[in-house]
Amino acid sequence: MRPLHDIAHGRAGDKGDTSNISVVAYREEYWPKIKAEVTAEKVETLFSRFGPVKVRRYELPQLHALNFVIDNALGGGVNASLAIDRHGKTLSSFLLAEFQVSD
Amino acid sequence: MTVYIGCGAGFAGDRFDAAAAIIAELSGRDAPKYLMFECLAERTLASAQLEKLKDPSRGYSPFLDQYFSRHLGPAMSAGVKIVSNLGAANPIAGAHRVRKLAAEQGLRQPIVAVVMGDDLTETLNEDEIRALPLMDGQEVIDRTMRAANVYLGAEPVAEAVATGADVVLVGRTTDSALALGPQIHEFGWSDLDRLAAGTIAGHLLECGAQVTGAYFADPGKKDVPDLAHVGFPIAEVAGDGGFVITKPKGTGGLVNRATVTEQLLYEMHDPAAYLVPDATCDITNLMLAEDGDNRILVTGVKGHAPPERLKATVSVDFGWMAEAEISYAGIGALARTQLAGEIVETRMRDAGVTEKIAFDVIGGGATFGRGEKQMLNDPGDGDYRLRLSIISDDKATAQLLNDELYHLYCSGPSAGGGIRNALIPQMATASVMVPRDLITPRIEVIE
Repeated sequence: MRPLHDIAHGRAGDKGDTSNISVVAYREEYWPKIKAEVTAEKVETLFSRFGPVKVRRYELPQLHALNFVIDNALGGGVNASLAIDRHGKTLSSFLLAEFQVSD
Repeated sequence: MTVYIGCGAGFAGDRFDAAAAIIAELSGRDAPKYLMFECLAERTLASAQLEKLKDPSRGYSPFLDQYFSRHLGPAMSAGVKIVSNLGAANPIAGAHRVRKLAAEQGLRQPIVAVVMGDDLTETLNEDEIRALPLMDGQEVIDRTMRAANVYLGAEPVAEAVATGADVVLVGRTTDSALALGPQIHEFGWSDLDRLAAGTIAGHLLECGAQVTGAYFADPGKKDVPDLAHVGFPIAEVAGDGGFVITKPKGTGGLVNRATVTEQLLYEMHDPAAYLVPDATCDITNLMLAEDGDNRILVTGVKGHAPPERLKATVSVDFGWMAEAEISYAGIGALARTQLAGEIVETRMRDAGVTEKIAFDVIGGGATFGRGEKQMLNDPGDGDYRLRLSIISDDKATAQLLNDELYHLYCSGPSAGGGIRNALIPQMATASVMVPRDLITPRIEVIE
């Protein structure tokens, strides 16, 4: 296994208490693996450490990209959060570092 | 015809000098050319609203001077029109300020067109605003209201551009409307596919250098040349709704499929339904193509009917946040950091404080944490920074956290140092849906 960071990049954005994180394949040949392995269920499990999150996954095959929309990911959002990173801007690094894909 | 739209700032506080390269790049082009500054966060707008109440000649963005004093003269000389939300809570006052800056610099007096009508409190009282359908923010909507602004679309921006003004100042519109407005004016667009394409062009521009290699670099994996001088973006828009994203020659950064893809999906939820007042944008068939050095051609955006209602953001008072930090390093540093935090926690509880206290150990995974100390999983020796934070409606309670952490200098564990703290008033926001017939944007020209 290896971290998703080896084969994909991404960016996190926020709206209220919802984070969205893109996962973009570095190369076309990585896309089938990313599409097959980086499922909404597994991302939800990974992010459950932040609370009762709910994950939706959108596919953009022509861009070799996935878009994850994660509700309740931001500890109450910019409003109420005591987190260092209130906007969850570092969450793309969290996903890319912590999510493991097959070799 | 090609229309050029550059973006010289992607948030309030973005690089003050970045627009110079865009103006220089566009100055020779014999075509309509625009420069947008996107500088209006919720927080900026709410504090601007407070300023306006205190002094009717204020309430525009505190950053207005930074951008206009540098770029108004060169932009007017080059025939580049400026479109910006630096008007914040009081674009009329902003317009007068822009003209004053021009006078101080010996420039021709610019014509400034102002878009108004986003301030919901002009139409509804607080109770009526609270009665609107809520999108989020149930827990804060009953607090003291400081601002309530509707996101206007691009039509009023286009009308303001059509007055022939040198500068268009708005308060709250969608960020992308700053780019879509000029496109609607130049091309006379009304069909949904083109309105959606123009919105996506604006979406890619609105965060400044985030599409030209900034917020992207990851050395060894994603190398970006000369971020210190990153070029801010320019969209070259064709009348058919296709456009090229590029940047000025001789600047740092890069534009490629990867930089554009990251920004395309930034703050996007359903890619088939990105909502703005002008259209529902669908990027599920969007195509990116290389079009030369640092040039990406974007095509294939589809548009559907716009949402029935407009979105408004309501800003409310949310008490005070205190945040205090102290460092420990060397052997046993983690244990001393944890002990320090526990001492402050104990003393805060002794004083009757019941609010949640965030307990972060920076160096121990705190950035991915949520203020829970049990998330630590580190060997213990090294370099740690305790960060405690609290939000309270009571300013003295918040200040007590800073005081107690400060007391650690002489009353805490061994060898703590580098204490910093802050006490910041908090604003929270809720979102409500507003029927379109309640909102009447209007244009005023200051000349």
